[in-house]
Amino acid sequence: MSAPLLVAEGLFKRYGSIAACRDISFELDEGEALAIVGESGSGKTTLLHLLGGLLAPDSGAVFYRGRDGASRNLFEMSEAERRALMRADWGFVHQDAARGLRMNVSAGGNIGERLMALGDRHYGRIRGAASQWLERVEIPLARLDDSPQTYSGGMRQRLQIARNLVTAPRLVFMDEPTGGLDVSVQARLLDLIRGLIAEMGLAVVLVTHDLGVARLLSNRILVMKQGEVVESGLTDRVLDDPQAPYTQLLVSSVLAA
Amino acid sequence: MTSRPYNFAYLDEQTKRMIRRAILKAVAIPGYQVPFASREMPMPYGWGTGGVQLTAALIGPEDVLKVIDQGADDTTNAVSIRAFFAKTADVATTTETEAATIIQTRHRVPETPLNEGQILVYQVPIPEPLRFLEPRETETRTMHALGEYGVMHVKLYEDIARHGHIATTYAYPARVAGRYVMDPSPIPKFDNPKLDDCPALQVFGAGREKRIYAIPPYTKVVSLDFEDHPFERTKFDSACVFCGATDSFLDEVVTDDSGGRMFVCSDTDYCEKRQSKQATVAVEEKDAAE
Repeated sequence: MSAPLLVAEGLFKRYGSIAACRDISFELDEGEALAIVGESGSGKTTLLHLLGGLLAPDSGAVFYRGRDGASRNLFEMSEAERRALMRADWGFVHQDAARGLRMNVSAGGNIGERLMALGDRHYGRIRGAASQWLERVEIPLARLDDSPQTYSGGMRQRLQIARNLVTAPRLVFMDEPTGGLDVSVQARLLDLIRGLIAEMGLAVVLVTHDLGVARLLSNRILVMKQGEVVESGLTDRVLDDPQAPYTQLLVSSVLAA
Repeated sequence: MTSRPYNFAYLDEQTKRMIRRAILKAVAIPGYQVPFASREMPMPYGWGTGGVQLTAALIGPEDVLKVIDQGADDTTNAVSIRAFFAKTADVATTTETEAATIIQTRHRVPETPLNEGQILVYQVPIPEPLRFLEPRETETRTMHALGEYGVMHVKLYEDIARHGHIATTYAYPARVAGRYVMDPSPIPKFDNPKLDDCPALQVFGAGREKRIYAIPPYTKVVSLDFEDHPFERTKFDSACVFCGATDSFLDEVVTDDSGGRMFVCSDTDYCEKRQSKQATVAVEEKDAAE
């Protein structure tokens, strides 16, 4: 068994008197999908930003095992190293696609950006990769030169995924990837994400308030309430046999169609 | 000379000193945008306040100044800046590229090759080449610091995707000394190759944006491109109607309202030199024939 890909150790983060994350620790293995669930304001997004190195914790550490096999604390890396990780090794899928995409640049340019950032200087090759990825996320090839402004919500989200996965990252952070989409579009998107995770062996940290999404995509689950993890375990176990009172409440609050 | 209404070259000595320090830093770090405390000048932003401040800080009583605007010595901007320094610094001015020690320019590099000892001062409206894709100044500074220039190619990619070729024809981004990517000010890309390995010092001043950057003499300047879409200098199908030059940057001049037009050199000094040389040759040939 190799060392875990990502290790969080005693993460604390406060905003004034409010503790957004209190003593959070867990491990994530390669190819594993972890869902962080909880209601709004429970500290999910703060935790995601801490893990992604976008936010510095008050105390605690996040260790990431690089391609060289060495685990290193994100917050002791230089900014250059952290940004290099974000470009090559990680992906970040935002709930609001406009934040994760360049809205004034064509779809092809959006997908190709990471390749160019990594030093690819061959137009034909970049365009080829962009076309391939566009088809892989089921967007018609004819839309390659269109700006994402002309895309529907679901297409934007799929484009964002293509843009992140084009450099074959090892870890992808997703913040409510299906938020704000209608159910049929959600279903197709989830199907696509699930396929890609399996195919590429991606590790995923997924933040969602939708337990259905968590069940479909994740292997393990962390339930958060007021900045603390109240329960964690295998997704099916936690959702089918919730132990903590808060998790029981959360599971029973889901409306059955 | 005792009762000059202004300090020599308009700016006070402390300001010139501050600008010189910024220039020295810019020369030491080729292509890096050095912030400086840009002053109000007696002209509007966009008319060359950055270039004028650089010239004021660089110029000495022995200097010979040439000012061009779009290559021409006789346009409003060029004439008034030349007059400004003739008045405030009492320096000699010229329209001849070879005779000048300092050339302040807007939008062109002279056709006549520059020499060691000459300084080319550019007026720059927007010094930040990354601005098109990244509006945040904090972010562009980080990108420069870390050498993250992938997005510059996104801009070129967009050009090819939309137009089939790199359609950026002016302010074409270039990498200086293998490090910083810079905006060479709105010169046509025709002039970009002239920046490379140039014997003269090139300094760039943006007055509104308060930035100075420089290319020291004999520095490598490479225009960005793709392997399969290499940088190409603009080519013209016609020659200058006045001097017949085919190697210079041409302006298109509309001559009537029925589609008539002609092409003339944008560099007036270069064009006039060629014309007077041709006239001399013609006279000599006529004399020889008689």
